[in-house]
Amino acid sequence: MLNFHTNARALYGASFAVFLLLSLIVAVGPAYWAQENNAPLPGSRELSEQEQLGQHIYISEGCVACHTQQVRPVPSDEVFGRPAVPADFARFKPKDAFVQAPSLLGSQRTGPDLTNIGKRQPSEIWQNMHLYNPRTVVPDSVMPSHPWLFKEVDTPRPGQTVVQLPEGFGPANGRAVVTTEQSEALVAYLLSLKQDPLPEGSAMGAKKGGAKADDKGGGDLGASVYATSCASCHQDKGQGMPGVFPPLVGDPVVIDEDPSDHIRIVLEGLQGKEINGVAYASPMTAFAAILDDKEIAAVVNHERTSWGNDAPTVTPADVAKIRATLDKK
Amino acid sequence: MTTEGIITAKGRVGPANRQLTVAKVAVSQGAGVDPRMTRIVLAYAAFATVWLVIGTLIGEFMGFALVWPEMAQVSWLSFGRLRPVHTNMVFWGWASLGMLGLGHYVVTVTSRVRLHSYALAWVALGLINLTVVVGTLFLLAGVNNGGQEYREYIWPAMLPFALALMLTGYNFYRTIESRQTDEIYISNWWILSAIIWTTVLATIAYLPGYQEGMGQTIIQGYYMHQGVGMWFTPMVLGMAYYLVPKLLNTPIYSYSLGALAFSTQLLFYTMIGTHHFIFSPVPWWLQTVAIVFSIGMVIPVVAGTANFALTARGKWSMIRKSYALPFLAAGIFYYCFVSLQGSLEALRTANLYWHFTNFTVGHSHFSMYGFITFMIWGGIYGMVPHMTGRNPRQLLVGVHFWLAFVGIGIYGVSLSIGGHLQGVSWIAGEAFMESVRMMAPFWLWRAVGGTLMFVSHLLFAYNFWHMLPKKQGEDAAAPAPDETGECEQVMDAAANVEVANA
Repeated sequence: MLNFHTNARALYGASFAVFLLLSLIVAVGPAYWAQENNAPLPGSRELSEQEQLGQHIYISEGCVACHTQQVRPVPSDEVFGRPAVPADFARFKPKDAFVQAPSLLGSQRTGPDLTNIGKRQPSEIWQNMHLYNPRTVVPDSVMPSHPWLFKEVDTPRPGQTVVQLPEGFGPANGRAVVTTEQSEALVAYLLSLKQDPLPEGSAMGAKKGGAKADDKGGGDLGASVYATSCASCHQDKGQGMPGVFPPLVGDPVVIDEDPSDHIRIVLEGLQGKEINGVAYASPMTAFAAILDDKEIAAVVNHERTSWGNDAPTVTPADVAKIRATLDKK
Repeated sequence: MTTEGIITAKGRVGPANRQLTVAKVAVSQGAGVDPRMTRIVLAYAAFATVWLVIGTLIGEFMGFALVWPEMAQVSWLSFGRLRPVHTNMVFWGWASLGMLGLGHYVVTVTSRVRLHSYALAWVALGLINLTVVVGTLFLLAGVNNGGQEYREYIWPAMLPFALALMLTGYNFYRTIESRQTDEIYISNWWILSAIIWTTVLATIAYLPGYQEGMGQTIIQGYYMHQGVGMWFTPMVLGMAYYLVPKLLNTPIYSYSLGALAFSTQLLFYTMIGTHHFIFSPVPWWLQTVAIVFSIGMVIPVVAGTANFALTARGKWSMIRKSYALPFLAAGIFYYCFVSLQGSLEALRTANLYWHFTNFTVGHSHFSMYGFITFMIWGGIYGMVPHMTGRNPRQLLVGVHFWLAFVGIGIYGVSLSIGGHLQGVSWIAGEAFMESVRMMAPFWLWRAVGGTLMFVSHLLFAYNFWHMLPKKQGEDAAAPAPDETGECEQVMDAAANVEVANA
């Protein structure tokens, strides 16, 4: 009989063998099985070359230290999208022989989950400002600025994209900030982050019936949806950002007696519109697939009755009516 | 199993009159400590201390970055790049070198032989330093291993570390094989096994072939968890099984309990890595296995803690008379606390609140700092004076202890409360930014706690320097016998009995 107390070979041999065996059972085996059963979703695509570079920069800069890319099947994660499935990660491959497959699920949410950031915040203009200095668009953000991804120039050449910075955020020397190959790649990657639809009939595919929305009363819900989905551009008090994101205070559509256009814009999104003589280039998200009728009615009402606005309110049925006309188009 | 055979203390320990600081047990240079061994332990501890100071300076900087985000405007000082620099430097530079240096001493002294090869020990030290330097430079330049926590060093940077482990494992094995004792002392079960396990772990973590898509996440959970629990935990526990009985001058309470803790650690801990991915798309059954075994971890933790506590039974008053014991006591307290906290965090209900929040940052600092770092300090204060015959200034050891102890308390409690409130905010469906605004005061408190911790590291570095042997000609450091003579006798008696099972 082996005596572990006196036989070094037996003791350490057993210690090695048991650990190796358990490791094979609990890690290597399941990992191998997971890799073998690793088909991407049918609706998904490979990242473009630029998006791959962007993903690499995302990893280089350690974005994963504060941002997850995994939506859990729990109510508090519904705001970020549908629950993640293994197939969502099937395209994660090693970059080269020195770097392993990216680990982007993350373990911290000091910042929000980015699984659907391309859907939630599709504006390149916003993304550039936010990367250059997050506090340009989110005053209380604690994310680091990333000025090294951009370039300062005296006079932007035609074709260069200038980052639109509010007063006090640009370089002290008054030079302009333009995008670079790196910032463009990172933004392209962020905009590519959109969950692919699950195949018809899959168990996880059914949309959960807005449990969160049902818990809440109307006014509170409107403020909450506004803070989550609108405030990053239109800002906390609907004041917008001059020349970049239109204000909602006193906006002709928002205070119009007829709410149809207001509802339609929230459902469909908008881009390139001229409001009060200012053309706004930044695209607005279409919320038809993100928010349900109740949430949209609540946020529309919040916008129509806050910050001095005083326009007639709407009901979820009004939203449903307009949604139906869009579906027919 | 032999637990008898230890010589008991001669009478009471300690001075008659109380002063600001309690007189500590002073030791003279232990006869029979090989100067070659002393040099190795000191070199490992010195480099460890350098990495501790640099690594926690970086941590301190990051703590402030969350309070003043505009602090860093250059790429290599940004939070995202520095975070892995901080974690890897304190893991592989500070804690690993500290533990391995002390491990060399424990393995030889409990085996009652000289180290198999001194040269190998020096080579291993060089290799680990190489890993930390190269890995850090790569990370600062933005080159990392796919953003995988604690495995951010790319494999060419991590390779020297793995080689160092193998060399050290071989060196320890040959040393233990040639031991002059009949049995392999329990410390060496833990220490050499930790090296074996971590070598296997690093190999599995870096081998390709099963690490794409979800496979990679499964390996990541396995790796990031064992990297802590099958490396740092068994190394410092092994050290404690030598040091606690020695400093208390009493045999370990139960040798069998130590062996039980060892085998349950191996059987249970290996299975629980996936508990870092609860609710993730990792197979549900694997998550459940991890949760079940996480609860099973109560057995080795309670067995280990009880063993140390029962060893100290009736001797608690000795804690204040020792440089090292307060650190070891704090470390063992945190071992128990943080392990049970970890088991709790694995439960799905608790995970719902705490996962992704700053609660886990608090937890990881309770474990790597409250437990591991305090144990290493206990080891250094407990063993180094014995080798060099030079004691640190006791007031400064006390200040070090209290700054670090209060610091980690403020740090951990503020992040635990803040983290829990983050979870509550998310579950309540508030806008995400609410959870960021809400954290501001807690991050400020974290920076305050972190500052106390960092200042304590500077004191520790000074204390360590003060324990180094004096150059020839200035050797007037031996404490006056009338101050501590009685204590010295006790320690000498203990020094003659190196291990409980001798």
